[in-house]
Amino acid sequence: MILWLTIIGMGIITYAIRLSLLGLWEQVELTAVTHRALKFVPIAVLSAIIVPEMVLPGGTLDLSLGNGRLIAGLIAIAVAWKSKNALWPVAIGMIVLWLLP
Amino acid sequence: MITTARSEFWAGVRAELPILVGVVPFGMIYGVLALAAGLPPLLAQAMSAIVFAGSAQFIGVQLMAAGTPLAILWLTTFVVNIRHMLYSASVAPYTRHLSRPWRWFLAYLLTDEAFVVAILHYEERDADLPDLTDHQVNLRPISYQHYYLLGAGLALWTCWQLSTAVGIFLGTQVPPSWSLDFTLALTFIGMVVPLLKNRPAAAAALTAGIVAVATHQLPYKLSLIIAALAGIAMGVWLDNQTASPLPTPYSLQQEKTP
Repeated sequence: MILWLTIIGMGIITYAIRLSLLGLWEQVELTAVTHRALKFVPIAVLSAIIVPEMVLPGGTLDLSLGNGRLIAGLIAIAVAWKSKNALWPVAIGMIVLWLLP
Repeated sequence: MITTARSEFWAGVRAELPILVGVVPFGMIYGVLALAAGLPPLLAQAMSAIVFAGSAQFIGVQLMAAGTPLAILWLTTFVVNIRHMLYSASVAPYTRHLSRPWRWFLAYLLTDEAFVVAILHYEERDADLPDLTDHQVNLRPISYQHYYLLGAGLALWTCWQLSTAVGIFLGTQVPPSWSLDFTLALTFIGMVVPLLKNRPAAAAALTAGIVAVATHQLPYKLSLIIAALAGIAMGVWLDNQTASPLPTPYSLQQEKTP
């Protein structure tokens, strides 16, 4: 039951954000500053997820070359930079992770 | 160009198809991770229909597995999804003439992937019209362009539900040694790296990453919220220092990918 409540709450929050200026407050326009701040949200949120996944395997900081996730992640970043295609970083990153000892 | 509701709808579906190639593995991975986090299959699928937001769902199942209090889980959902307010604002000028049921249903379909496709289409079409000032925008000819967003959104919705179902079906057969959880980070790398087009963006990413690592011992991934706020603050601060006078009204032009 608590799981259902959790999911429905998440759904309401997500939907309310999407509906905000489209259906709830249609006459409101974002200020330029708000607009700028929102542009950084996906960058900041995703980076805050990515970096710990790379450098904290098992919960402890590991910046050595023996950290497969760090190496695979760095290669995936390079691949993403070059290819601009969202699939290649996943494919090549996983192959590197599997091949590393 | 003469358009009909049907032609706009299918044009939206077709424009969405290339993006779906990347959505299928993402949805499958979500299904696998949701089961791994201990969610029953029905709930894992229901989440894809009710929340319908990939990154929030990934974080959500991890937090649920960690026994996170509801308030923190919901706050995290809010922070991760607040970017959709930008989409809501950008689409609003194109939906003002629509009835409430239309607008409320399109809001449900307003995901990253459907928004990107639809807004590029709308801006291209605007470019074909004679110069419109911001106030004249509401006077543009009545069209069926909302069917375009509907088509793109429903194509994505269908794809997301089906790929989640496949992931749930495969879930129990995927051994942990495959390290499939790392595909989450890799998927996000593919999404975020193309956004790092200037110094403020790169600094925002770096700041968020470092703060997230520095605060990772806080419970319930509170580090995620703190790091996100730090990254946003850094980005806005640098942006204000380097930016030319504020453009008004805002436009998505600068965000168009080349």
